[in-house]
Amino acid sequence: MTDHIDIIRVEGSTRHRAQKRFQLYGLLAVSLSLAFLFIMVGSIVLRGSSAFRQSFVQVEIELPADAIDPDDVRGTRFGKFLKQALRNKFPQATTQKDKKQLYKLVSATAEYSIREQVEDNPQLIGTHAKIWVRTSSDVDIYLKGYVDTDLDESKRRLSDQQLEWLALLQQENKIESRINTKFFTGGDSREPEQVGVLGAVIGSALSLLVCFLLSFPLGVLTAVYLEEFAPKNKFNRIIEVNINNLAAVPSIVFGLLGLAIFLNFFGLPRSTPLVGGMVLALMTLPTIIIASRASLRAVPPSIREAAMGIGASKVQTTFHHVVPLAMPGMLTGSIIGMAQALGETAPLLMIGMVAFIVDVPQGITDATTALPVQIFLWADSPERGFLEKTSAAIMVLLAFLIVMNLVAIILRRRLEQRW
Amino acid sequence: MNSIVMRENINTMIEHSDFAPENSIISAKNVDVFYGEKQALFNMNLDVVENSVTALIGPSGCGKSTLLRCFNRMNDVIPICHVEGSITLGGQDIHASNVDVVSLRQKVGMVFQKPNPFPKSIYDNIAYGPRIHGMTTSKAELDEVVEKSLKRAGLWDEVKDRLDKLGTGLSGGQQQRLCIARAIAVQPKVILMDEPCSALDPIATATVEELIDELRERFTIIIVTHSMQQAARVSMHTAFFHLGNLVEYGATSDIFTAPKDERTQNYITGRIG
Repeated sequence: MTDHIDIIRVEGSTRHRAQKRFQLYGLLAVSLSLAFLFIMVGSIVLRGSSAFRQSFVQVEIELPADAIDPDDVRGTRFGKFLKQALRNKFPQATTQKDKKQLYKLVSATAEYSIREQVEDNPQLIGTHAKIWVRTSSDVDIYLKGYVDTDLDESKRRLSDQQLEWLALLQQENKIESRINTKFFTGGDSREPEQVGVLGAVIGSALSLLVCFLLSFPLGVLTAVYLEEFAPKNKFNRIIEVNINNLAAVPSIVFGLLGLAIFLNFFGLPRSTPLVGGMVLALMTLPTIIIASRASLRAVPPSIREAAMGIGASKVQTTFHHVVPLAMPGMLTGSIIGMAQALGETAPLLMIGMVAFIVDVPQGITDATTALPVQIFLWADSPERGFLEKTSAAIMVLLAFLIVMNLVAIILRRRLEQRW
Repeated sequence: MNSIVMRENINTMIEHSDFAPENSIISAKNVDVFYGEKQALFNMNLDVVENSVTALIGPSGCGKSTLLRCFNRMNDVIPICHVEGSITLGGQDIHASNVDVVSLRQKVGMVFQKPNPFPKSIYDNIAYGPRIHGMTTSKAELDEVVEKSLKRAGLWDEVKDRLDKLGTGLSGGQQQRLCIARAIAVQPKVILMDEPCSALDPIATATVEELIDELRERFTIIIVTHSMQQAARVSMHTAFFHLGNLVEYGATSDIFTAPKDERTQNYITGRIG
């Protein structure tokens, strides 16, 4: 009796070990991929989070009433008042070189910022105003602790003199770190301290909108026709194989196609979300078709029989019953395809969305750039200040993706409850 | 050679059985059905009596479901399926070029093996048919059709308070009665039932059988079943199929008490099948 039990135990434990081992492998694989993901996201967050803050410096600026026309603030040059204010603050800067270094403490766009503030508060004219302006990117980077001050002066972007001034300003509490709202509300800029992602985000969103409006109806109708109506013959099988092949075509090829056809042949406006969306639609179509066909195939045939059994025509059966049931799958597939399109850079480079555009686009025919292209542009820029901006833009892109996937999940839940 | 001889034997036997009802509504003459190269039905001749229940019995793969699906041309949707011969409904050839398959299926409803309500509300399940056929002009009229259909299917009392709930949320037997109600809502002449009780428990089966018995007054019912007892209980006429041939067709009482063919005898006593 006990012998039997022993035999059973020995055999059982071998299988048991195999199962344990397999589970261990699985666990290892999961934790490894999670670790990589964590490292990736972690490094991006570490590098990028500082981009959401920006250093500001307070300048005491003389705004003489006789030099500023209250009705034409926009036409006034504030640069000279700013420079004067800086010279007043640090009168020891007398040489041309020192003055230049002094001016470089504040952002090159600071005079425009002053102009805006004066426009908003005209009562500042004729007073001795205390105005906060952005520091230059070099100063900002130094204040964030990215600059090694032990380095030889010639190898640093900031001279010892500038560091001294900054220390003085800090002592007087005239330097502040604030939340960088401009990053979320502005367009691109040459100055790293001045850049924003809104232009790129809107550009991407508009492109995706065009892409969805074009590719979703086309893709769904193609899938419905191929799956429900097309005769199963050789010709349609060739179409099917080629749609699957299209899904694997490198995206830059679609970009070249868009360049040749949409821009050169049809003469559509370059660098616009319209053309970007059209190119992305070409790319997304095969994905949508494949996902839609799969979800159509998943609708049980009994539903088709039920509808046809009471005299619904083929079209009625398809559009009253089959398509609504397949819709959650179709939408999910489409959103996955669109998420892919959102991260696509190469085809957009081909149609000129790589241009340097400062304005936030107002419509689908305004020249703009897209988020991944913006990331590419910033990553390509030599200034140290763009490093954190690049990572921050990646974070924005990831957030955009997460929002899209959340929408997909919510839509799916909503629609599937009707089943 | 052998099979031809066999077929002739069968044909003579049917002529011997001498069952040619006068008040037939569906009449199949020399019907052959092919699935690609394979022939599934051989030279079928069958007249279905109006306002009665006709049971089609026989072992799996004998072609009874295939014949059933010929009557409302559900075989049309199978690309490789091909039907020859003539089938008439009330004297009209259903394969004629001027026949609209949609209105044919309205006249010849179908209930399937597995209950397949639409994943919509109970109300919409019933209302769908009348809606697409434009049978009602007002909401009140449609409400009436839904109520009448559910009452005829014996489901009204169970669902009248939850017409807006999902049809798929009902129990199996209720779902099947919902499917029957859905079929009768479009006022068919004939209802085809393809093993309607095979997915149901005995109690639900009994309910559906009672329902079939009541529906017989208004509709002609053709039912495919694997249960001999069910055929004996609900049907007036029974046709026995074997390997794509109609072996014997006659009054149910005759088939079950005095089968003329040896194969029928063997099947109903459980020796083959």
